[in-house]
Amino acid sequence: MIFDVTVEVSLRPGIADPQGATIERALPALGFDGVSGVSVGKSIRFRVDAADHATASALVDDLCHRFLSNPVIEDSTATISAVDAASGAAAVSGAV
Amino acid sequence: MNVAVVAFPGTNCEMDVVEAVRSLGAEAQVVFHDGDHLDGVDAVVIAGGFAHGDYLRPGAIARFSPIMPAVGDFAAEGGPVVGICNGFQVLTEAGLLPGALQKNAGLKFRCETSELRVETTDSALTGEAEVGQVLRIPINHFEGNYTCSPETLAELRAEDRIVLRYVDNPNGSVDDIAGICNAGRNVVGLMPHPERAGHELLGSTDGRVLISSLLSAAGARSAVSA
Repeated sequence: MIFDVTVEVSLRPGIADPQGATIERALPALGFDGVSGVSVGKSIRFRVDAADHATASALVDDLCHRFLSNPVIEDSTATISAVDAASGAAAVSGAV
Repeated sequence: MNVAVVAFPGTNCEMDVVEAVRSLGAEAQVVFHDGDHLDGVDAVVIAGGFAHGDYLRPGAIARFSPIMPAVGDFAAEGGPVVGICNGFQVLTEAGLLPGALQKNAGLKFRCETSELRVETTDSALTGEAEVGQVLRIPINHFEGNYTCSPETLAELRAEDRIVLRYVDNPNGSVDDIAGICNAGRNVVGLMPHPERAGHELLGSTDGRVLISSLLSAAGARSAVSA
């Protein structure tokens, strides 16, 4: 089975996010008021070929912890959706 | 005396390190990321730069290079290993040193001469220095803000593993940390560039005592194993 995977990597609470802070500071000058809590992360998308959802989920979990995020400073969340072979569209969805 | 200077695609300080080592009378050569062994080597330096473009995170891709298992084995045998700047980031990503380097506080790329205080002489990089000695050495980084868990910080302090501290913290590093070592004291990582402070023409010669200390540590170990 083919799965579409989206991994969101965000900085852990307490880790400095100078990009988010800089964007937030610029907002009032651009006329955007009332926006707060800006943070900047990464979104990584790929496909996985695995026997089933659980296998894909275990592989993605390992990939996230060993490579896509640094657990000392980052958290990661993955969304895994089976791709319908006939239509190519995502059919089942789940998160690890 | 033979120093291997590890370079990845995007590393750009390897020849500076080679020159700094040779200026002290030892031999050095560049070892590329795709080799898988380190033979006849007395010390390893992972040079600075932007390995693999710093893509994903600094050091994240470099740590999976074919050469890294050999570096890990050399370190496990007690061989002196020093990671400078991007090399420090590679060592933390590889798990050879604890913690991580996050983006500088204030979102500034810092490129200037920094003052560093030597905190311990019990490391592969500071054996010939003196505790409390202040060294003027350049920094050149965007992600040099050292961070770690409170437990790790307590361990680093208790075991005297903070090797260098900034006199005037330029990047927000916890506890002003500029360099640390592992429990075996043979693996050292630091953000500043001692290889760029090796000649009067460069504005400082304070890096020489660190490179010289590394060569001495390597020589002492080779003498024991010979």
